[in-house]
Amino acid sequence: MTDIIQGPRHGCALGALQTVVAIERAIPILHAGPGCGSKLHRGLSRAGGYQGAGYAGADAMPCTNMVEKDVVFGGEDKLRDVIEGALQIMDGDLFIVLTGCTAAIIGDDVGSVVREFSKQGVPIVHVETAGFKGDAYKGHELVLQAIIEQYVKPVAKKQKGLVNVFASVPRHDPFWEGDLNELKKLLAGIGLKANILFGYNSGGIQAFHDIPAAEFNLVVSPYIGLKTVELLQEKFQTPFLHYPVLPVGGIETTKFLRTVAEFAGITSVQTEKFITEKEDEFYHYLVRASDVLTEYQLNQPKRFYNISDAAYSLAFSKFLVNEVGYFPIHQFITEDVPEKYKETIQGYFQELAPGISSDVTFAQDSGIIEDTILSNKHLTTPLLLATSWELDIAKEISGLHLSVSLPIIDRLILHHTYVGYNGGLNLVEDIYSRLLAKHRE
Amino acid sequence: MSVNLNGPAVELRESRLKTITGYEGSAAQLLSKKDFLNRERSFMQCGSCSADQVMNLLTQIQDAAVVEHGPAGCAGDISYRNGVFRMGNRRLGYKVHNVKYINTNLDEKDTIYGGEDKLKKAIREAKRRFNPKAIFVTTTCASAIIGDDVPSICNELETELGVPVIATICEGFRTNIWATGFDSANHSILRRIVKPARHKQPDLINVISFEHQFVYANVFQKLGLRPNYIVPLSTIDQLEHISEAAATVQYCETLGSYLAAGLEQHFGVPEVKAPAPFGIKASDALLRELGRMFHKETEAEKVISSEKEKIAKDLERLRIRLSGKTVYIAAGGPLAYSIGALVKDFGMEVVGTSVWHHDQKYDNDDERLNFLKFAVENYGDFHVGVCNKQAFEVTNAINHYKPDIAITRHIETVWAAKLGIPSIFAGNQPTEMLYDGLIRFGQTIDDAISNPAYIKNVAKHSKLPYTEWWLEQGTYTFLRGNKND
Repeated sequence: MTDIIQGPRHGCALGALQTVVAIERAIPILHAGPGCGSKLHRGLSRAGGYQGAGYAGADAMPCTNMVEKDVVFGGEDKLRDVIEGALQIMDGDLFIVLTGCTAAIIGDDVGSVVREFSKQGVPIVHVETAGFKGDAYKGHELVLQAIIEQYVKPVAKKQKGLVNVFASVPRHDPFWEGDLNELKKLLAGIGLKANILFGYNSGGIQAFHDIPAAEFNLVVSPYIGLKTVELLQEKFQTPFLHYPVLPVGGIETTKFLRTVAEFAGITSVQTEKFITEKEDEFYHYLVRASDVLTEYQLNQPKRFYNISDAAYSLAFSKFLVNEVGYFPIHQFITEDVPEKYKETIQGYFQELAPGISSDVTFAQDSGIIEDTILSNKHLTTPLLLATSWELDIAKEISGLHLSVSLPIIDRLILHHTYVGYNGGLNLVEDIYSRLLAKHRE
Repeated sequence: MSVNLNGPAVELRESRLKTITGYEGSAAQLLSKKDFLNRERSFMQCGSCSADQVMNLLTQIQDAAVVEHGPAGCAGDISYRNGVFRMGNRRLGYKVHNVKYINTNLDEKDTIYGGEDKLKKAIREAKRRFNPKAIFVTTTCASAIIGDDVPSICNELETELGVPVIATICEGFRTNIWATGFDSANHSILRRIVKPARHKQPDLINVISFEHQFVYANVFQKLGLRPNYIVPLSTIDQLEHISEAAATVQYCETLGSYLAAGLEQHFGVPEVKAPAPFGIKASDALLRELGRMFHKETEAEKVISSEKEKIAKDLERLRIRLSGKTVYIAAGGPLAYSIGALVKDFGMEVVGTSVWHHDQKYDNDDERLNFLKFAVENYGDFHVGVCNKQAFEVTNAINHYKPDIAITRHIETVWAAKLGIPSIFAGNQPTEMLYDGLIRFGQTIDDAISNPAYIKNVAKHSKLPYTEWWLEQGTYTFLRGNKND
């Protein structure tokens, strides 16, 4: 059973409308209540660093806006009308119908209505994303599953070096676009062509048609994407590599690239040259930061909390412990992680570095998070890599606060990234810019 | 009485105010009847719901808690509302803190077995965590369809917890008119929070607003009036005693109609019957009515002439720059009409408007509160499309008219920008009111038109999500029913 939520963060399964908006020239169609789209756009996109409407997001999303008579008489006819209208009005390559709570509870047969169109060759799929099914992470995987099962067709041959990347959840993770593109650049450096599926210049529907042509699938996350690549293995016999740590900084990025190169069978002098050059550059800048990173009087924020999703919590914990000499206090993982992954995820935090591990609480509720934080004694300035909800608690414990996870209403995020060698430097810059500003303002 | 406070559910705008969301025609024609039938659409984009507008008011009360009984996605509006709340508190020098909100996070099992136990837990936790002066419990589509008895649970918990626990009925599917959410919130406040006056406070005036105290403060001070800004950023104690004010004034009938009328009809606080102070004529009219009500006619005339004198030079300058420029306005009904009047003070031409809904009557059914009538009588007729916040219609209309500037609220300005049209997002804090507001807004318009570099960049490097076919169609092609004439 799920529990109550103070400080809502990750929306509901219908929040996966953001996944659709992130596909170039794809159009979401909502079969849902009148407020769902607007609320989810604001909560997951505007409150995610002001990401904007995208191509066909925000108030451009077609929707049946279900009212009382639809609840009583059913909304299938209305859905048919809205799809017909959307095909005339909206200029898109792929239409994805997402259902909300109302349509699901009254039992509208959305699949039948959508198949009337797909039978005529309209590129359209449907996905059941009723809000009560789970959060937007769950919805994201449901959308991918629907596209793969209803739209993606087998291809005759594989494309050499092509790899599908499943890492950040598009638009939901506020740094998704910067992070995915950083992964793409890193993989290009070792000779792989990353199919990132979402965001600027990612290829739109062609990227989805290319999915079966990949030599392998790559999951860079503790668990998000695993269901998708298992489905792809079953459907197209594509092997996958699961790399649970989103790489941040020198050690992890190097380890990540070597692992991928080895899995792909492409380890060579060139790949090693790329890795060592990038790594050298990373340490050049990290060394430059040493005046600030060692200054005693700045009240170094050496002990940290992550209040974030599993991917960022693990990624930042690894980086801060192993590269900057920090210590974990406690980690809060805020999305609705399926039970079967929880133990494994806790395990990742047990081996951050020799003798350094962290307790993890899976909590979607600010009440639990804040009670736990307040029960701790803080002798030095704690660092909160958190969300805008924690601005007050950070002040209460005289902590240093940086918004890195949903909701972020105190930063504008365009192409900023925390992934890779660049991402590690960005994180150091951001933490220390906050620290210096706090002391000097 | 139009404001009926029996029972937790407010009477819907559709029946109470004959509100419509589909109309196309002239403003004069829209004024000619009060029984236009609504015209629905065969295609729609995401609208908004009443639960969203309930949160717009109730989460912004300093010491009340809100428990929303629904799936977590219904809380999508909350993080951003929290931003508005924090900004409002900071601007006004109050303590900055998060909204006091809990969501019951209904899951699949709850939709089968009911979520009442979770709701009870959430209400008890709201009391424990926030120690609020009142707890508002709101409904959603899911909680209503599965049939959880929210009012009974509220009654039970009120006895247990010793603070008002108030069922606020606002599930999204109940109404086509999302502004009904303002009424639902105000209904709860009128029913359960406001107390009969202990003693009247003859210089106190309720101002129904969002977070914009600075707008009226100056003139109220000159008239010797003490403004009581409600509902956002107020306290429960403050709301309990709004019955003691000498009058209530509001600038947006969508927001304030029900609360102002309820205070008049049930607590004897008269509503100021004058147009909202957008533009010179409406500002004059409002101040004169305030002067009459508070027996400060001479002071009102002094304020009017001194304020006008202050802005005279700037007004002349802006008139020279803006005269003849065309403008398209997309906003909520009364505000669109008011902004239309305002820009005409600069000699600008309103080529068209999109309004979200149109109320054919008001809770205090007084023609002096008919802002559309005021605009038409004082500034002439204009075209009105009632569009239920449909971006495809607004984008199509702006493309047809190609105005010098588009002024929008509640809809993404990026659509006008993609057409290369300078656009202003006029948010919830209407700083364009009264005399200095007129100048502030005029300067904003002039700046937007004078250097459209960013807008031109947006237009050059992006594409609208609409087909060429749609952009060439009539704006109201998907409006069903007979043409309004």
